[in-house]
Amino acid sequence: MGLFTELKDSISRATDRLFTEQEPKRIGIYGPPNAGKTTLANRIARDWTGDAIGTESHVPHETRRARRKENVEIERNGKTVTIDIVDTPGVTTKVDYEEFTDEMDKEDAIRRSREATEGVAEAMHWLREDVDGVIYVLDSAEDPITQVNTMLIGIIESRDLPVLIFANKIDLDESSVKRIEDAFPQHKTVPLSAKEGDNMDEVYDNIAEYFG
Amino acid sequence: MPQATDAEDGDGPSDGVQIDLISGERMEGMATMEKIRMILDGVHDGNIVILEEGLTPDEESRLIEVTMAEISPDEFNGIEIETYPKSDAGDSSLIGRIMGSESSDAKLTVIGPANQIETLHKDETLISALVSHN
Ligand SMILES: Nc1nc2c(ncn2[C@@H]2O[C@H](COP(=O)(O)OP(=O)(O)OP(=O)(O)O)[C@@H](O)[C@H]2O)c(=O)[nH]1
Ligand SMILES: [Mg+2]
Repeated sequence: MGLFTELKDSISRATDRLFTEQEPKRIGIYGPPNAGKTTLANRIARDWTGDAIGTESHVPHETRRARRKENVEIERNGKTVTIDIVDTPGVTTKVDYEEFTDEMDKEDAIRRSREATEGVAEAMHWLREDVDGVIYVLDSAEDPITQVNTMLIGIIESRDLPVLIFANKIDLDESSVKRIEDAFPQHKTVPLSAKEGDNMDEVYDNIAEYFG
Repeated sequence: MPQATDAEDGDGPSDGVQIDLISGERMEGMATMEKIRMILDGVHDGNIVILEEGLTPDEESRLIEVTMAEISPDEFNGIEIETYPKSDAGDSSLIGRIMGSESSDAKLTVIGPANQIETLHKDETLISALVSHN
């Protein structure tokens, strides 16, 4: 293709976009460490784009940089909703490298905790500046009423961001979706298992409805 | 049990735990970063900081961010934080009486060093900070 046609093409693509589509909304996936944020982000990305976003691990603070997957097109009832997904590091108010020394040597544990603290700071920054909506992921086998969850939900509410609460890990015996619904009755809670892929239809219906 | 001690300086191990009670009035004129600095300076000294009026969500988000930047292996592991809504901490509560506060919408907030506090236990009308003994 000649330079001129190429240029013309890209200009018309850009203007098309300007006038017909809005910029994809940036949806931040937030929540405490180990809730299953990356597992969810990977499932969404795999279902709609074919590739993954990041690594999942039973060791907390696996994700230590926010990672974005752009232009994820989700089809619901004949309509297409395009979002950017941002998988963020799990938020906490404390990090102790000794938590990781069972899994790795001291030097690596210290490096992991340093990266984790930078990652949490980065996640907070994204929340204040760069996201248009939030999926808040909780491990439904754990008590949802923690200071971090209450504080983060408060921060999200104060920014008037649309938020969905995902009660993850419903495949576990100890899972209780009701405990999450009761803790945050002001928000919609969607049960799922990101790992097993349970209830993903309802997940996508809600993403389309809230963030479309 | 924690006890409020006089503001003896935080150097050297002491038997008691220093609690900094900070009135809403004192916080009023302060910029966000001044508040955060005051809180974290207290926590770095091993104190438990109690804010009569709490923080705004935006200030909480910056507190988390600055806390993260100050975590350092074997020195500072971060903070524990607990808030008590007004209804739980009205005038009849212990802290309400200590502070002599009238009711306001603000929430009482307790912040302490994570490595010293095993649990900032939440109770209907009473805050008890269980400090680890070592
Ligand atoms: N049983 C069960 N396990 C899950 C589910 N989703 C995630 N997990 C597991 O939970 C652990 C943490 O998953 P991640 O996706 O890495 O969690 P994260 O929230 O991204 O964690 P950080 O990046 O450390 O904040 C892994 O061992 C996952 O396999 C689920 O639906 N059910
Ligand atoms: Mg992750």
